[in-house]
Amino acid sequence: MSIARHTSQRFDEELHGVHDLVHTMAGVVEEQFRNALIALQNQDLELASEVISGDSVVNGYEVRIEDECIGILARRQPAAGDLRLVMTLIKSIADLERIGDKAVKIGSMVISMSHGARSIHPGFLRDVKVMGDFALSMLHRSMDALARADVDLAIEIAKGDEELNQEYRAAMRRLITYMMEDPRTITPAIDALFIAKAIERVGDHARNVCEYVIYLAKGMNVRHVPIEQVAKEIQD
Amino acid sequence: MEQSPVTEKRSSKISVRSLDFYYGQTQALKDINMELLGNQVTAFIGPSGCGKSTLLRVFNRMYSLYPGQRATGEVILDGENILSPSTNANLLRTKVGMVFQKPTPFPMSIYENIAFGIRLYEKLRKVEMDERVEQALRQAALWDEVKDSLRKSGLSLSGGQQQRLCIARAVAVRPEIILLDEPTSALDPIATLKIEELVSELSQQFTLLVVTHNMQQAARVSDYTAFMYLGEMVEYGPTQQLFTNPRQKQTEDYITGRYG
Repeated sequence: MSIARHTSQRFDEELHGVHDLVHTMAGVVEEQFRNALIALQNQDLELASEVISGDSVVNGYEVRIEDECIGILARRQPAAGDLRLVMTLIKSIADLERIGDKAVKIGSMVISMSHGARSIHPGFLRDVKVMGDFALSMLHRSMDALARADVDLAIEIAKGDEELNQEYRAAMRRLITYMMEDPRTITPAIDALFIAKAIERVGDHARNVCEYVIYLAKGMNVRHVPIEQVAKEIQD
Repeated sequence: MEQSPVTEKRSSKISVRSLDFYYGQTQALKDINMELLGNQVTAFIGPSGCGKSTLLRVFNRMYSLYPGQRATGEVILDGENILSPSTNANLLRTKVGMVFQKPTPFPMSIYENIAFGIRLYEKLRKVEMDERVEQALRQAALWDEVKDSLRKSGLSLSGGQQQRLCIARAVAVRPEIILLDEPTSALDPIATLKIEELVSELSQQFTLLVVTHNMQQAARVSDYTAFMYLGEMVEYGPTQQLFTNPRQKQTEDYITGRYG
């Protein structure tokens, strides 16, 4: 974040190193989530299995980054912006790891649906496509915001999460309608509901990262504060 | 420039107003303004030569021992400007005790090290004096280690014990404020931790001002931290805020090790 270098060059290298690792991890997580969505659209069992087995890579990154951050805390006792950066990274990887779990969840649903010879309601596939693309974009942009400690972008993304939540509620209402019209759709509709919920959670995790970015850049803890209020406070 | 963001409705023990300080022609402190709160630990940090020790020495007028050193402005302690020539420096120093970087026990017994200062101001009977010595040593967390060897020389103690003896000596005359000028820079890590523990303990009874080069120490022991640079007060505020989210870039650069 800061441009000025430390007196200790090793410290600079350690911070940059762990920062880079987080972005590498984010790239893997994004790929996992994207593949899960593709597997869902195409009923691609092979891709779904790849997503499930790929989760160990994500978990490995989480453990490694956490270790590196603990090492930095122990060795360097970072302060001010450096401390906020390390805390932001530690918290962000927990959310990234959870996004990885959501990808696995979707992959598992694809496989279990095929085993039960259930197919997803075509109307709902459209819903999933819209929500999935939205969440994927939130995730991608939240990593940009983190890379640049970009508060404006972070606020914009966090505001967007509300839109995703609305999509989710709308999809849920439609699914309930299907179920009421035809009880035979209950099982596939519940599958769909789980998937929609997983996608909606990805948006929440991306939003969390945006909140850490605001902490990183401004030193304000904005967890559990409505985003409009945060935006206003930052403007003032 | 940041000026005393301490705005809580707590009684300020010392008010520093427009303080300038000169070593001969050289100005070492520039327009310092701050409110220091009672029963709190305030740490002063900054690079060598930034004026933090100079400022500390103003609070007990230590500088007036040296010709050519002078302070202008006001330092109000309990309603009285201590810079005013009418303030009795000896009485001031009973109110404002000081502990130095290197332990400075007197070459006399542990007991006498404590009793010496008390005798200058009070006439006590032997029993009372014994009590006062014990109390001071207990306050300095040294009693248990020396209670059986009070007649031994103060110089026979380890460095950390000597420093606690000096703190006992300072608290024995019941000051209101204790100044600590790098009190642990000559001590090993365990002795350092003991002093830090003591500083937190003593803040219940006294107002403590600590100059330290060790930023983690400032973060550990103090309630408020002041960062000084080139004779100016750059930033002064609650310690947690200063170490997690400083307002000034200079402070950020210094505490993250980007100064140089």
